[in-house]
Order: sequence, then structure tokens, then C-alpha cells
Amino acid sequence: MAKLNLTTALATAALLGTASGAWSDENATLIVNGEIEMVTRTAAPDHVPFDEIRSGWTFRTEETQVLQMDDFDNPGMIFVDQAIDTWNTAEGSEGKSCASCHEDVESSMQGVRAVYPKWNETAGEVRTLAMQINDCRENQMGANPYKYDSNPMAAMEALISVQSRGMPVNVAIDGPVSETWEKGKEIYYTRYGQLELSCANCHEDNYDNMIRADHLSQGQINGFPTYRLKNAKLNTVHGRFKGCVRDTRAETFSPGSPEFVALELYVASRGNGLSVEGPSVRN
Amino acid sequence: MADNVKPRVKVPRSASAGESVLLKTLISHPMESGQRKDSDGNPIPRSIINRFTCAFNGENVIDVTLEPAISTNPFIEFEAVVPEAGEFVFTWYDDDGSVYTETKAIEIG
Repeated sequence: MAKLNLTTALATAALLGTASGAWSDENATLIVNGEIEMVTRTAAPDHVPFDEIRSGWTFRTEETQVLQMDDFDNPGMIFVDQAIDTWNTAEGSEGKSCASCHEDVESSMQGVRAVYPKWNETAGEVRTLAMQINDCRENQMGANPYKYDSNPMAAMEALISVQSRGMPVNVAIDGPVSETWEKGKEIYYTRYGQLELSCANCHEDNYDNMIRADHLSQGQINGFPTYRLKNAKLNTVHGRFKGCVRDTRAETFSPGSPEFVALELYVASRGNGLSVEGPSVRN
Repeated sequence: MADNVKPRVKVPRSASAGESVLLKTLISHPMESGQRKDSDGNPIPRSIINRFTCAFNGENVIDVTLEPAISTNPFIEFEAVVPEAGEFVFTWYDDDGSVYTETKAIEIG
């Protein structure tokens, strides 16, 4: 007699046997596919006022944690599959695909996600992965740029992120990016909106506490793009920033704006040392 | 036809005879419920996978009716006893008449 479980959560929780339900196992080890071991807790970099930085994965419930431990169970991998097709599809006036220049995504994009956002010398600006993808589309392929926080953009970021999974985030904060980094830091500690909340009020002062029914994390972005159970799709860093700022009842910056680029650089650097997890699974 | 529909299954390569194995299946599909309206207020027509079956060497293992409340990208996981080497055939039936099939062989050993 076949047994049917319509949700992974039920089945996998049963497999674990120790599932305690609504709380997370904060000391669990994240190993994906039984081979990629992730650093989910490590000593904080000097510029971060914590003893230890923790991946958002350690704050999620056991059922959600398990979803990220196998690529078949991870719903974010569906979008990676879609992006593989995109990678090999020629678009735009030049008749080129991503693969025309970058060839095999597995080798050419290895380690890329871990160091972004980073300084682009030719353009003289800090570039996020999304900006770089759109630069390729516009200037190399002659194609239309993706909307900054759109689904195809998130999928392409996920495909590139997968090639760096398990590698430590290592974003540079000195040299030419230092000005942008300082700007990002200022935004992080500025209170916005009618509720007058800064990023730090929740993610630094109150992480590990409950904000109503939600278990507050440190707000690390090493797992982005993130598959969220609440909207059943991949979410970009800037999409998440926008949601957070909106929740303070403020007018938000736009995804792709210089403010969010600076904030992304700063927040990414707070996770230096954690593993690249994208696409991660969160609630 | 719904866009980006892609079936995928996970079946162990081999099993011992009579062993019960865990099968995981997922099909990427929007599973539009028919309850929603677009920005102009017109109903978005229902478009879901309405039936899923699995057969082993021609013998039915599972036959599921799916309903509109089932979410995007339906994931179905179940166990099956494998008496001999053979082939699993997984079939999804779309509202629009499309049928998606995936087959996986399993060895005894």
C-alpha cells in the first residue's frame, strides 16, 4: 500500500524522528545532498558587533531546514533548472547567449557569488550580481535588461549562486568600495518609517527574539536568492530589503537604487565567513 | 499549455527484491486555481494538474486526484514495494489535455 504525503514537510519531519514542531534546531549542521557542508555559524568579522554570525537557516523550523538539505526537496532548484535553459538560449540583437561567452556555467561562475557586490574598475562603480547580469544582457547580448527584482533575474542569480555553494562569503569592504560601504552602514543604522525602525533594531538588537510569530534572524543575505514558503518563489535581496523597509511603514528605496546597492554591500559584508547557500529555503 | 512544465522524479537506482523504496516526484506547474481574478477583474481560468499516476511494470502503484487547492509545483512522495527489476512510469494529466510522462528504471541488487 502506497503512502502519500502531499507536503514534504510532513514526510521529512517524520524521517527525522526528533522533530519538535515549531521550533528550530539552532545547532543543526547544514549539509546539502549529503556532500556540501555549509558554515552556518562562525566568528563574526571585525566590523560586525556580534560574537558569532549565524545563517538565517539556523533560525528556521526543522521542517523548513530539512527542505534545504536536498536539492530535490528544495523548491528553489526548479528556478535554477529554468535558468540553465536561459543560460543556453541566445537573446538580443547580437545573437548571443550567456554560454556564448561564459561557456560552462559550472566552471565559469564558480566563486562569483561569494565576492559580490564588488568594485568594477571599468565602470567605476560598485556592482551587484544583478547589475552585472543586466550589463551583460544590454552591452554584450543586445537584449532587454531584466527588471531588477523580477523572477528571471532571481532565477539567473540562483543559477550563478549554486556554483559557489559552500564557499565562504568574502566581500571586500576596503579600497574603492569603502565609500559605498560606509553609506550602506549609515542606511543600516538609520531609522525609517512611521515605526522608526532601522535594520539594526530588529536584526542586531533583537535577533533570536520573536517579532509576533516570526523568529528574528540576523538578517544575513548569504542564502539569497531565497525561496520563501510564503510566496512560493525566489526572492531577491533587494526585494527583501524593500519588504523590510515597507514594514517600517516607510516609502521604500527602489530595487536597484544606489541606496540598496550600498546596503547590499554592507549587509553582505556582515556575513563574511558564512557559506553561500543560495537558493536557500526560508519561511 | 501552461509554461515551463517540467516533470522530475527521484527513484533509487537499485533496491533489493521486495524492498519498499521511497519515490519523490515534482512537476513545475502554476496550478492556477480558477478562483483568482486578473487586474481587470476577469476570472483567470483554472489550469491545474488534475491527476497523477504511477505504474510499475504495467501495474498501478498510485492514482491521485488533485484539486484546485493544491499549491504551485505539486510535490508527491510515496513508497512502493519493488518485487523485481523494472520500470516506473509516472504520468501527470493537465486540465488542458496535455499529458506529461517520465520513466525511471530500477535494478535489483
